[in-house]
Amino acid sequence: MADVVLEVEDLRVHYLTRFGVRVQAVDGVSFTLKEGEILGIAGESGCGKTTLVSGCMGLYIPPLYHSSGDVRIGGKTIVGLSPEENRKNVLGRKIAMIPQGALNSLNPTRKIKDFAADMILSHDESVDKREINDRLRQRFERIGLKPDDVLNAYPVQLPAGTKQRVVIGISTLLNPQVVVADEPTSALDVSTQKAVIKLLFDLMDQGIIRSMLFITHELPLLRHVSNRIAVMYAGEFVEVGTAEQVIFDGRMPYTKALMGSMLSAEPGQKSKKPVAIEGAPPNLAHPIKGCRFAERCPQVQPDCRENPQVIRIVGERQVRCQYAE
Amino acid sequence: MPNEAPPKFEARGVSRLFGHGKKTTLAVDNVTFKIHDKEIVSLVGQSGCGKTVLAKMLLRLEKPTSGELLFNGKPIDAEPDPREHWRQVQAVFQDPFSAFNQFFTIRSQLKSSFRLFKQQPGEKEMEERVDQALLNVNIKPREIDGKYPFELSGGQMQRMLLARIFILRPQVLIADEPTSMVDACSRANILDYLMKLKEELKMTIVFVTHDIGLAYYVSDSIYIMHKGQIVEQGPPDQVTQQPQSATTRQLLDDIPDIHRDWVHRSAPKAATAG
Repeated sequence: MADVVLEVEDLRVHYLTRFGVRVQAVDGVSFTLKEGEILGIAGESGCGKTTLVSGCMGLYIPPLYHSSGDVRIGGKTIVGLSPEENRKNVLGRKIAMIPQGALNSLNPTRKIKDFAADMILSHDESVDKREINDRLRQRFERIGLKPDDVLNAYPVQLPAGTKQRVVIGISTLLNPQVVVADEPTSALDVSTQKAVIKLLFDLMDQGIIRSMLFITHELPLLRHVSNRIAVMYAGEFVEVGTAEQVIFDGRMPYTKALMGSMLSAEPGQKSKKPVAIEGAPPNLAHPIKGCRFAERCPQVQPDCRENPQVIRIVGERQVRCQYAE
Repeated sequence: MPNEAPPKFEARGVSRLFGHGKKTTLAVDNVTFKIHDKEIVSLVGQSGCGKTVLAKMLLRLEKPTSGELLFNGKPIDAEPDPREHWRQVQAVFQDPFSAFNQFFTIRSQLKSSFRLFKQQPGEKEMEERVDQALLNVNIKPREIDGKYPFELSGGQMQRMLLARIFILRPQVLIADEPTSMVDACSRANILDYLMKLKEELKMTIVFVTHDIGLAYYVSDSIYIMHKGQIVEQGPPDQVTQQPQSATTRQLLDDIPDIHRDWVHRSAPKAATAG
């Protein structure tokens, strides 16, 4: 049994708007991530995927607040740390993020080596220049870059693919236990997307990335990337299972609806029309009594709007639907 | 045949060169094609292959540096006023938030699209036609009253752009990556509206995308672009089932399809949850 790296227990996170309205963006999410595992988190825009990640990283910057629950990385809680402590000891070291716009996240006015050195120095000021240089060279070589060409360059001088590698290289410089990839490929064309995924797998094989949370709204992509998939809706996990279970045999009506809105380029599939889910997710500023998907659910029953839904185990997967079987 | 209507667009050896001196980029390289009336044509290619530049030339936002571009059988710049062209050719872009002004309500901006018409309808008729257009994209007209662009989601804003098209009713719509900023669910929605525009308003649509899967789903004909050139063209079934060029095969191969292997992962998969 592999070691558990990240444990999230009944995490609830809310936003406080400037009008004093409390929006419970993440409402009771629990999961664990094991060494060597990739957990995919899927859901529509606005379902709380990115907020959940902020919560897991301890980035409670107003208007985002921690309501209750715990996040443990390597057994130690990261909730309740001050922003300085969090930046120094948790971010980059225990949990690191690969940003969405990898091409725009490098400082255009600084050389790659200075930018990367900052990453090391901000966590440990005692490292001397020579050691930094050695460490950078070693790491960049390992991820398939030529240190001589890259380290002294400015971001504009590098081609897009190299920049992507550099960003991923810097994010993982301190060997974090968990890497969070938040829509790392949504701004890329399909061919670059494939190259990025290959790079991530490569780093995983080399042990540079040890476990990963992969966030996207593209279910077909998750089928290839992740071991397990968690489907998120209105701040809750509504289904968790292996990639195959969720993609091909989802039990929660929402999972099925999400799959129905995908389209396929396979020959002979043109007749299979993607079906959009009608309506919009509920407003989380108001408490919701019953099932959160009830208003849009094609199989809704009268009591769905009344009964609060809990996670049930249905055929080896966790499903938040009282009628799933 | 003299009686036959000319194609909507015809390009004869069109090129677009950027830069000058030694540093030049040939963004579109000697392309020749015809886009017929009431057709959905997709321009597919990787980032930087020139598909957006080509789309902009069709919109008369860029001028070809050489070659001939005809619209309805006449040179595209025959009319000195470009607005005349825009009455007939309209566009939907990737980022709806940058297409709308953040400081005005959505309704007032939708109403201002009537300014493009030569004859302004009355206030009441304008309101009615805006309402009608909103209903066309499944948004209750009262829902957006007094709202500003930042108050809506990306998917809703993209539908606002399409509502504008339902108001203007151009002959041709150029849709440049209209779905790349929205999630999969809104994407299915937007594709449906494009089909509706074609079927109900008999619009010709040029759909620009990097995802050949989307192109396959919506279009009557697909043009594959690579380094400024059109390397393959044909009906979607032919292009996706018997791809002739390496670019097409690459594009097809890169789509993460759930039913086939995509990226080989050498490490054994970690133990899954029991």
